Amino acid sequence: MTTTAVSTGVAVRLEGVSRRFGTVQALDGLDLELAPGELVALLGPSGCGKTTALRILAGLEDADSGRILVGGKDVADVPVNRRDMGMVFQAYSLFPHLTAAENVEFGLRLRRQSAAARRRRAQEMLELVGIGTHASRFPQQLSGGQQQRVALARALAIQPQVLLLDEPLSALDAKVRLQLRDEIRRIQLEVGTTTLFVTHDQEEALALADRVGVMRAGRLEQIGLPEDIYRNPATPFVAEFVGLSNRFAGQLSASGVEVFNTLLPTLNAGSVEHGPVEVLVRPESIDLTADPLGDGRVVAVSFLGPLARVTVALPDETLVVAQVSSARLADLPPGTPVRVTLLPIPVVVSPSDQT
Amino acid sequence: MSRRLRDLLGVVPFLVFVGIFLVVPTLVVAIGAFLDEDNRATLDNVTALADGYIVQAFVRSIVLSAVTAILGAVIGALLGYALVTAKPDSTVRRVVTSACGVLAQFGGVTLAFAFMATIGLSGFVTLFLRDSLGIDIFSGGVWLYDLPGLVLVYTYFQIPLMVIVFLPALDGIRPQWREATESLGGSTWYYWRRVAGPLLAPAFIGSTLLLFANAFSAYATAAALVSQGSPIVPLQIRSALTSEVLLGRENVGKAMALGMVVVVAVVMALYAVLQRRTSRWLD
Repeated sequence: MTTTAVSTGVAVRLEGVSRRFGTVQALDGLDLELAPGELVALLGPSGCGKTTALRILAGLEDADSGRILVGGKDVADVPVNRRDMGMVFQAYSLFPHLTAAENVEFGLRLRRQSAAARRRRAQEMLELVGIGTHASRFPQQLSGGQQQRVALARALAIQPQVLLLDEPLSALDAKVRLQLRDEIRRIQLEVGTTTLFVTHDQEEALALADRVGVMRAGRLEQIGLPEDIYRNPATPFVAEFVGLSNRFAGQLSASGVEVFNTLLPTLNAGSVEHGPVEVLVRPESIDLTADPLGDGRVVAVSFLGPLARVTVALPDETLVVAQVSSARLADLPPGTPVRVTLLPIPVVVSPSDQT
Repeated sequence: MSRRLRDLLGVVPFLVFVGIFLVVPTLVVAIGAFLDEDNRATLDNVTALADGYIVQAFVRSIVLSAVTAILGAVIGALLGYALVTAKPDSTVRRVVTSACGVLAQFGGVTLAFAFMATIGLSGFVTLFLRDSLGIDIFSGGVWLYDLPGLVLVYTYFQIPLMVIVFLPALDGIRPQWREATESLGGSTWYYWRRVAGPLLAPAFIGSTLLLFANAFSAYATAAALVSQGSPIVPLQIRSALTSEVLLGRENVGKAMALGMVVVVAVVMALYAVLQRRTSRWLD
């Protein structure tokens, strides 16, 4: 398995793409660039425009304005069936009257390949996605995860310029989902196709993508490496949408933001006025110490394997969620008085009236 | 009493119903077809089915059923397709499907009368066309009370029936299939030929067969509309059972009824086979 993409893919560029459905502005001047062979995940809540962006790139929707460049060429006037994009849908996209192999051959038949070449390629693709032995099954005889594998094989068989994945894992069980997520990444790196992956699941986006774009209301809120998005969120929205965050009241000044009598560095102070603010603090930036004199009290504990989340109530009824190593749970049963310490990790602040 | 037996008790009303209204009449017809007036076994009734006028009635019945089934199927399928392109909970769709539910069961004396009152010899549309526009719809003969009239009136209830039975198949067609076809390089024509066509064909043919059986067994509409002669089998059966000119023909009527049972049974067997095939694909 390689870890760097074989850059056989093309560059994709969306410039100022807008799309309105009735009164809803689905895309509002979206700019997005994908390097050849790169896998970019578009992440956002439902209705943020991520699926619209993917469908416009596929040619299934038209943009009201803006340019779409694939390999440097404007594809606005290229109809969907000439765009040469492989697409995997959320579910139920396999042709139910065709076997797995016939589904994979569908696009090759359209490209007038010989029967022998088609069969060879279909088998090769089904083996790539790990279900070579199920070639003659009908979609109804396959599990959800297997169906998505066939859908992926079908999309890749035509050697598309760009691979488009529209929430391909969201209809699957948690376990299958994890497995297939890793497989998709492996296969994408192997074939090196430029890929756009749309999801509302932040864990999926962070685990899978070269870069993650967080979308909100038809625009990119932030795009960057997964660790950047997580560690250095540019806005309160990104901080809250990606990963879990506590919201505390704080006081912003030139030297930082003061929360619970601790001064913390900020990531986005320039955009917020000094004075009372809301501070977004990650659970892993909070430390707990069992202390009979501490003013917090453990109210709930959830075990997550190697880590655990501990909820602490402060005297003013503020709830604090902290993440600690499971090894320390023995000291922190519910009811324990604790001292809450904020680690000096940069945080995001937001104007206190903003929800 | 075993549990199994107790459970079966609940089905008794249904079995009684089917017994009285389906099994017993079928047996009466099937046995009667092979008996003469004195209840002795004979093949005369069945061989009488080869008589010219009975063969003709069967041919007309089959032609009438086939023509109205195909007309109803094509027009009903197009109407159904228009409906599924509307939103599933739209008012248009709800109104049209309810209307179809009513109209599909609207055949019979009422329907025949409705047609007589509108486009009959002195129907108000006929009179309006003749008096105001100078168009005489009966200039070529009084077709309404003969086979062409039956085609028109039957089609009236065949179309809504098609909408009702074909709509589930249309609903089972997922938009992703079209989008997948297109993204793989297929045109709209290719989609219909390779995906939607093959997927809908069994349901379409199956529904057409159902429509055929529906028209083939219809009686009241034709009985009310046709006052002279007995162009189709159900009317022939009536005249065999009620004729005061030719006596002792009841059992020929039963033989004709048996013939109808056979035709419908063949059609429904085909329908069941096709239905099973579609339900395997579309859930």
